[in-house]
Amino acid sequence: MELFSNLAMGFSVAGSLANLAFCLIGVLLGTLIGVLPGIGATATIAMLLPITFQLEPVSSLIMLAGIYYGAQYGGSTTAILINMPGESSSAVTAIDGYQMARKGRAGTALAVAALGSFFAGTVSTFLVAIFAPPLTAIALKFGAAEYFSLMVLGLVMSVALAHGSVLKALAMVVLGLLLGMVGTDIYTGTPRFTMGITQYADGLNFVALAVGVFGIAEILRNLEDETDREVMTKNINRLLPTRDELRQMIGPVLRGTGVGSVLGILPGGGAILASFASYTVEKKLSKNPREFGQGALAGVAGPESANNAGAQTSFIPLLTLGIPANPVMALMIGAMIIQGIVPGPNVVSEQPELFWGIIASMWIGNLMLVVLNLPLIGLWVKLLTVPYFVLFPIIMAMCSIGVYSVASNTFDLYAVAFFGLLGYLMSKLRCEPAPLLLGFVLGPLLEENLRRAMILSRGDASTFVTRPISALLLLMALGVLVLVFLPQIRKRRDEVFTESDA
Amino acid sequence: MKKLLGALCAATMLTAPAFAQDYPERQITMVVPFAAGGPTDTVARLVAEKMSGDLGQQIVVENVGGAGGTLGAGQVAKADPDGYTVLLHHIGMATAATLYRNLAYDTPNAFEYVGLVTEVPMVIVARKDFEPTDFKGFIDYVKANGDSLTLANAGIGAASHLCGMLLMQALETPLVTVPYKGTGPAMTDLLGGQTDIMCDQTTNTTQQIKGGTIKAYAVTTPERLDLFPDLPTAEESGLAGFEVSIWHGIYTPKGTPAEVNERLSKSLQTALADEGVAKAMADLGTAPSSAEDAMPAALKAKLESEIARWKPVIEAAGVYAD
Repeated sequence: MELFSNLAMGFSVAGSLANLAFCLIGVLLGTLIGVLPGIGATATIAMLLPITFQLEPVSSLIMLAGIYYGAQYGGSTTAILINMPGESSSAVTAIDGYQMARKGRAGTALAVAALGSFFAGTVSTFLVAIFAPPLTAIALKFGAAEYFSLMVLGLVMSVALAHGSVLKALAMVVLGLLLGMVGTDIYTGTPRFTMGITQYADGLNFVALAVGVFGIAEILRNLEDETDREVMTKNINRLLPTRDELRQMIGPVLRGTGVGSVLGILPGGGAILASFASYTVEKKLSKNPREFGQGALAGVAGPESANNAGAQTSFIPLLTLGIPANPVMALMIGAMIIQGIVPGPNVVSEQPELFWGIIASMWIGNLMLVVLNLPLIGLWVKLLTVPYFVLFPIIMAMCSIGVYSVASNTFDLYAVAFFGLLGYLMSKLRCEPAPLLLGFVLGPLLEENLRRAMILSRGDASTFVTRPISALLLLMALGVLVLVFLPQIRKRRDEVFTESDA
Repeated sequence: MKKLLGALCAATMLTAPAFAQDYPERQITMVVPFAAGGPTDTVARLVAEKMSGDLGQQIVVENVGGAGGTLGAGQVAKADPDGYTVLLHHIGMATAATLYRNLAYDTPNAFEYVGLVTEVPMVIVARKDFEPTDFKGFIDYVKANGDSLTLANAGIGAASHLCGMLLMQALETPLVTVPYKGTGPAMTDLLGGQTDIMCDQTTNTTQQIKGGTIKAYAVTTPERLDLFPDLPTAEESGLAGFEVSIWHGIYTPKGTPAEVNERLSKSLQTALADEGVAKAMADLGTAPSSAEDAMPAALKAKLESEIARWKPVIEAAGVYAD
């Protein structure tokens, strides 16, 4: 079997003492920056890039990849503990994870996230190893029409399943869509909703928005009433999940891994949908959908697995095509080029040791993360006992540094302040931030692909139904709508994005 | 208070004359007006590392992306002219002068010059099953099929957009332009056969051409490239005057002392003469600029001639970025 000899070669590369050390440094750094609110993998990798020039290409990429998925891990820690997601995927974890923490189950939530991520990471690493080339071929079949239909499906899944406060959820999605419109229209070059501020010409910064509506708003809300927080710290349960909880998470983790792996392959924004899609699926399949938003275990296990699976499989377009799926991947390409390796379709055959070494290191890194993080959970949870007057200024300072470091743009800091206030107002009006964030990330993709598909078809709208993959996705969207609006089923459904203050 | 002022005056008098000789005394910031990891960032980091060695001070690359590179350029235009803030920008420095009608700085008068860094050639490419077999066939085919063909680019003001505009004018044939948000997605769709034609830098196209995932037709330089000796130049195939390269230059804010620019220029020449830099650039399908080009005068001349050259092209196309 060629696969096994390739994997063996990969493990011999990744298993060398030096590379193990770099992998460890990478995941450690990644976890640390992931835990610091607002500071993301992009900024860290950009800062560390010059250091990697002195290393072997394999070692430097192993380390950078470690930072990337380490940060994914660490990012869910802040989402659970302080309701501060650093990227779109952990925004979903924040919904139920933070509620679990508020009920004193922070340890369980963190452990579930870590174990789910590890399982998903293992499965998707093997998926990358076995199916990378054929999966790439499928990804290339996704043109603008297909992406548009995929985004429609994503939006329908989240909006249509919303029930009680469907109007508010819808309003938040639309507000998110509008915020997503800020910036230069890529087709005409016309600035939209920038109020003449050039700094917003490329749109609002996602991290600024997320940190504002989730984190800052939460801090403001907490400052109103400190009793809430005492509950959170006094009732901390045992740190590791019980056997029963472990059993509960099997289904969500398996489904999350599947959903995440499939969506992660699509370079045009599939990974963004992974955790949202998984959350929707779990809520739909759950016997107690009312639990969701109140601290449902499945609402953490599923999306966290999907998120990590997507993070791993998003390496596929990078490794097989040389095309970055997100800004972190773009940085890794920069690192490879400076090392004298120009990524492209030939990397697999020309640099087999690099390709398989990185794949093997991904699994090793995931193992390290779980070993590293399980004991750390106790420490993270203790952070919750740090008094307000110490913790909050630190969080605010970290957020500001993190947001500023993304593009050295002071206007992003104004955006944090503005969205912090908006988020606080929203929480007073009982509107959820998650649909807003979903609208914000999906809206621009929806518009961009709709218009591109129409350009490519010369204005013929039938392109969405005559292309088979696109038609299938639209049919699925229709199916979801029908399911939701069938009255008898409707009774059993609750909103997807509730995170009521109860 | 008087004493303090006196001390301050003395201090400035002491440091001022020594300034140029002792330069650089601290870390230098090189602003790259694009995201980290992109082709311009890669070029910047390659030379910044070697220049640091020569200057004896670290050059730190700072990515100030946004608004087609005009935010980063604007920031440097306003920076102290002391040589501790420099800008590495590409052809967009010249085209933004026309593409943006409300720039915060006056391009030809807001900067001093250090020198040219590299001129990246471009290649006219198409999806791998595009019918024509050579560039002459390509010209005929495109002229015959005109608006049934699509031309991808990485967004307004991008290298691929500039080259695409020039190509349509040279062929006197409008194609259906499909803009993307960056080179990555544009290239993905070309690989998948969703679009037909693109013209992009060798930094982005070389590996794909070698891997056979896209088809190359011609290069946009006056001479053939060592990298692709079989590819004709656009000019030799009948497109007279069709020549584009993505030239990169290093600038300092207006008022930076000439000695400082000279010092930076010398250091740039040293970096460009480095074998490692030459090899890394060769892998990307480009080459370091010659010592004569890596000089202030050469960059100044280049910028001025390119502003004049692109103005009518952009105005004829009627696209603006604001």
